[in-house]
Amino acid sequence: MKFRVRVLVRLRPSVYDPQGEAIRKAIAADPRLSAESVRQGKMFDLEVKAGSPSEAKARAEEIASRVLANPVLEDFSVQVLLD
Amino acid sequence: MARFAVLVFPGTNCEGDVLHAIEAVTGQPAELVWHKEGSLDGFDAAVVPGGFAHGDYLRAGGLARFSPVMEPLIQMAESGRAVVGICNGFQILQEAGLLPGAMLRNESLSYVCRDVRLRVEANSSPLTCGLAPGATLRMPVGHAEGNFRADDDVLEALEADEQVIFRYCDDGGEASDAANPNGSRNNIAGVRNARGNVAALMPHPDRAYEEALGGVDGCRLFESLHRFTES
Repeated sequence: MKFRVRVLVRLRPSVYDPQGEAIRKAIAADPRLSAESVRQGKMFDLEVKAGSPSEAKARAEEIASRVLANPVLEDFSVQVLLD
Repeated sequence: MARFAVLVFPGTNCEGDVLHAIEAVTGQPAELVWHKEGSLDGFDAAVVPGGFAHGDYLRAGGLARFSPVMEPLIQMAESGRAVVGICNGFQILQEAGLLPGAMLRNESLSYVCRDVRLRVEANSSPLTCGLAPGATLRMPVGHAEGNFRADDDVLEALEADEQVIFRYCDDGGEASDAANPNGSRNNIAGVRNARGNVAALMPHPDRAYEEALGGVDGCRLFESLHRFTES
């Protein structure tokens, strides 16, 4: 069976995010908008062959930890998309 | 005689400069090695040059570590031979786990392209073995992601073990905030591995090896690399 899996990769909370901070400032430049903080990241949608949702999740987690995220800077979360 | 390999990934763009710099400075032969090669037999040292390997897709240097040539490169590092990286080559060696830390986007968010001054911190690496700690060198940087990051404990260990080999400094040799072009922690511009045979820096010695380029301080690094291969 094929499962769609969404991987979110973001900078670890301890890592300063210069891009997120620039985005926050851009938001604050519009007087109608404000955000206390902005952290940006990446989203990946994968199709994974597996026998069950939990197996699909485990496969995607392995891909995320080996390829999609750099553990020095980033962490990730994995969600199986059931439609 | 020493033989130097200069690795080329799709998107690498400094291989010609590095090849010419090695040959001009050391008088030794250098060869371009395509990333699909499965062997680095017969080479005494390898240089990973700058550019945008695999388009820097995913992360700077992030996809290069899956190229076939990385396996013999890692073996070369494990055998104690010299492996060095310049700019994107630094990022690739970090992604491959051969050097510590990772590069974040520059604090200014801008691509920084200008001359910087570097202070030599330790001569225990293939890039600095012919240099005196405390000496300063001038050469250009050209990067958007050179903001060196490592966790506090990693950073402390790097400093304690003298694995920081270059720091950005001002003309007086002070590692000041003003002299830091990208926000790197502790003004770090170059590091080496624990064993002392893998090293890299963000600035470009391959853009400072003859007077026509505006400076010759980069020669000292290629001379060091040559010296390392003979030791």
